[in-house]
Amino acid sequence: MNTTKAAPAKLVSPPKRVADYIESALPKIVLGPTLLVGLIFIYGFIAWTGWLSFTDSRLLPRYELVGFVQYITLFENERWWTSLKNLGVFGSLFILVCLGTGLLLAILLDQRIRAEGFLRAIYLYPMALSFIVTGTAWRWILNPGLGLQNFVRQLGFETFTFDWIVTPGMSIYAVVIAGAWQSSGFVMALFLAGLRGIDDSIIKAAQVDGAGPVRIYTSIIIPSLRPVFFSSIIILSHMAIKAFDLVMALTGGGPGFSSDLPAIFMYTFAFNRNQIGLGAASAMIMLMTVVAIIVPMIYSETRKAHRG
Amino acid sequence: MADGYHARTAGPQKFGRIAMYALLILFAMYYLLPLFVMVTTSLKTLDDIRTGNLIALPAQITIDAWVKAWSTACTGVECGGLKNNFMNSATFVLPAVAISTLIGAFNGYVLTMWRFRGSDILFTALLIGCFIPFQVILLPMAQTLGYLGIANSIAGLIFVHVVYGLAFTTLFFRNFYVSVPTELTKAARIDGAGFFTIFWRIILPLSPPIIVVCVIWQFTQIWNDFLFGVVFSSGERQPITVALNNLVNTSTGVKEYNVDMAAAIIAGLPTLFVYIVAGKYFLRGLTAGAVKG
Amino acid sequence: MSSLSIRNVTKRFGALEVLKGIDLEIEDGEFIILVGPSGCGKSTLLNMIAGLDSISGGEIAIGGRIVNDLSPKDRDIAMVFQSYALYPNMSVRENISFGLKIRKVGKEKRDEVVNRVAKTLQIEPLLDRLPSQLSGGQRQRVAMGRALARDPALFLFDEPLSNLDAKLRVEMRAEIRLLHGRLGSTIVYVTHDQIEAMTLGDRIAVMKAGNVHQFGSPQQVYDDPADLFVASFIGSPSMNFVRAPVASSDGVIGIELFNGNEKLFFAAPKAAQKGLSEWIGQESCHGHPTGANHGRVIREPGSSESRAMPCQSRSSAADRSGHAYPDSPERYAGYLSHPSGNTRTRR
Repeated sequence: MNTTKAAPAKLVSPPKRVADYIESALPKIVLGPTLLVGLIFIYGFIAWTGWLSFTDSRLLPRYELVGFVQYITLFENERWWTSLKNLGVFGSLFILVCLGTGLLLAILLDQRIRAEGFLRAIYLYPMALSFIVTGTAWRWILNPGLGLQNFVRQLGFETFTFDWIVTPGMSIYAVVIAGAWQSSGFVMALFLAGLRGIDDSIIKAAQVDGAGPVRIYTSIIIPSLRPVFFSSIIILSHMAIKAFDLVMALTGGGPGFSSDLPAIFMYTFAFNRNQIGLGAASAMIMLMTVVAIIVPMIYSETRKAHRG
Repeated sequence: MADGYHARTAGPQKFGRIAMYALLILFAMYYLLPLFVMVTTSLKTLDDIRTGNLIALPAQITIDAWVKAWSTACTGVECGGLKNNFMNSATFVLPAVAISTLIGAFNGYVLTMWRFRGSDILFTALLIGCFIPFQVILLPMAQTLGYLGIANSIAGLIFVHVVYGLAFTTLFFRNFYVSVPTELTKAARIDGAGFFTIFWRIILPLSPPIIVVCVIWQFTQIWNDFLFGVVFSSGERQPITVALNNLVNTSTGVKEYNVDMAAAIIAGLPTLFVYIVAGKYFLRGLTAGAVKG
Repeated sequence: MSSLSIRNVTKRFGALEVLKGIDLEIEDGEFIILVGPSGCGKSTLLNMIAGLDSISGGEIAIGGRIVNDLSPKDRDIAMVFQSYALYPNMSVRENISFGLKIRKVGKEKRDEVVNRVAKTLQIEPLLDRLPSQLSGGQRQRVAMGRALARDPALFLFDEPLSNLDAKLRVEMRAEIRLLHGRLGSTIVYVTHDQIEAMTLGDRIAVMKAGNVHQFGSPQQVYDDPADLFVASFIGSPSMNFVRAPVASSDGVIGIELFNGNEKLFFAAPKAAQKGLSEWIGQESCHGHPTGANHGRVIREPGSSESRAMPCQSRSSAADRSGHAYPDSPERYAGYLSHPSGNTRTRR
């Protein structure tokens, strides 16, 4: 390279000071505790629970490994199977109802509605309540003696029966009602944001091509909401797998254990029945279920990021 | 893009619009019904509840149920109403929110302005923490709190909520600071400001919007939490959600629905209040936390 | 005010080498331009001088003091950013005096400096406004003011004008030039705009893919490009290249071009004869710096503007970019002249 011909000047190298070392390490020092906490309290604890699930711990944790005994016991347990079936029923219905209601409300609200903000606030407020409050409220409304059933009978429909909440096999559907009431407004908000984000010009192009309103919705708008569907399903299924408080408040898992979910099963066995090993095994199955849903999502998200 | 699709087309026929409004109002009623029933029931006497119907207005308004729910109702063994538990919740929610928000802000600051090799991977690892079902950490956490000597204490609950709130608060701040130009930090470094000076003097003054979102999100989450409360606390130290559940399930004597409803409203009031005053930020947190999470 | 030495500086991000041994000796008071296409490493180099990026290898010295391990605040530098990076929560006055405040300069002295700087840049009426209340040009001035306030040994500019509209850019360019004349300070200025490069700099470092291809005055870089890349990058409209084989005719070396079936011979200027002799029979590139009009290159009779340089390096015949070329001793072939003196070549 062409550089000046002047002989290189003598360079002095000032010593690096301790303060500079500390200053340059500060970001790591600040982030450190969080990472440590994450490492121990997320990953470490998962490993710990995993270990416990291979022991025969009961009231107190023990750490001698006994193999897959707890998992075998777990899958021989009728109550666990009930809770898994319930999770399937609750999860799929909860997701479907929330998606359906959410999308419908979002599309309706997207039609230049008067008082849109007000209506939106009404649809969304249940999300601010805890599942315990929601469960308590719906437990009162759905109770056959003085609630909705009684109300309709008083209207003159003497034979009207709506006693899901106290009927084994039906109580899980009552949970769906309350759960959807709480969460569908949220899905609506997601869809509404998605609708507002659609590029005008695509719709204009479709109109120029002669597509009618229904056609535009079914072939253009709804397909372009794919990412919103995707994230909604992820979030809702995540909520469904974690669902615990709602069932506790609404049915307590009853009647009997007919509306049990894995989360309740885990809580009951680990903390009330002193079956720590079994509880740990059920928790690990729950984790694996979540991983089975989340990992593909993260994978596809990162692939998208790479492409973009 | 601010308006819906029909903003750009001729509106549908009048009939269609009426049907649309009818549907929207019907849904609004469905969403409002439980709240309405809760409020009216809580203001009724037990006789009124038995003889009247679900959606009837109270024959005479009484706040007896509210008084009882607040101060004398039985939540399990104790019969001191919800007031202690309300205070419990308040005493651990506020510090937990403050601490997790502050740490989240620092983390977000480091993850955007002071990136180092591997920091993105660490962030992703932390992000996964948002998604684990908490059942998987309950048993080890119960043990650990015991070792630390903070089992069944307010400090223990603060600790747990801070630890598992960090992933979310970090996410909030990180996503917010990503849009702040890093040149701002560079300029300040050349001006001679250090790590903390830049944070307090430059970055934090830009952060009120995300602080509000984060505080509201954390407040709602922690106030509404039931799982950690029921597992890691007992008796008089229980948070309000657990106490409410106990109150409803305490089956001594007659079932007092009006007291249940009053208690439920008391438990829901703080978060509902936050929703009403800061709904915009609430929604923002909800979508940011959920979509990006 | 002081000199800047950059010696064999490298930058690696993992396996990726972004800067491949940069050597630049910059004298006190020089206005240096780093120019090159995006991704050439010019901004990285500037950040390394500033201390915002770590140095993987080599040395950077400001005023004879090696600054490799010094944090930005101890390097006695000031920097103007492309996005201006004004602190949005501070008034213009606070923005300008922030660096002084951090350095614990007293209030009276700070006010004095702010007033002086504001006067120099004619931003006195803006002092109590927030950055959000300023126009782009005003923000740019404030950003310069912030740099001026500290009276540093070295000014660093990172594409400071690229966010301004064309008219303002011309104005500010003139003003920066004036400012440099007045302050006499050393400036390193990064840009991808070659007009800025040609008009502002005392010397220009043309960079590509982590290498400095040429470091010289604007005139040198324009008239005497070191290689094909520099030749193609500098000049607007850009230079045309014509591929043609090098040949020898009656002991004179030049290139052959064909106009239909007519073979034309262009003799290379004397100075380039020797260098070209090794290239006989190989294809070379010929630049015409006056540029292309309507797809044709017109060479005026007797013009000394057209010149040739080999397209290929012998070590890597497949690499036709200028990139592999600087290793070769004959960097360009020099000017061509044609015996007939009156030819038109079609592109």
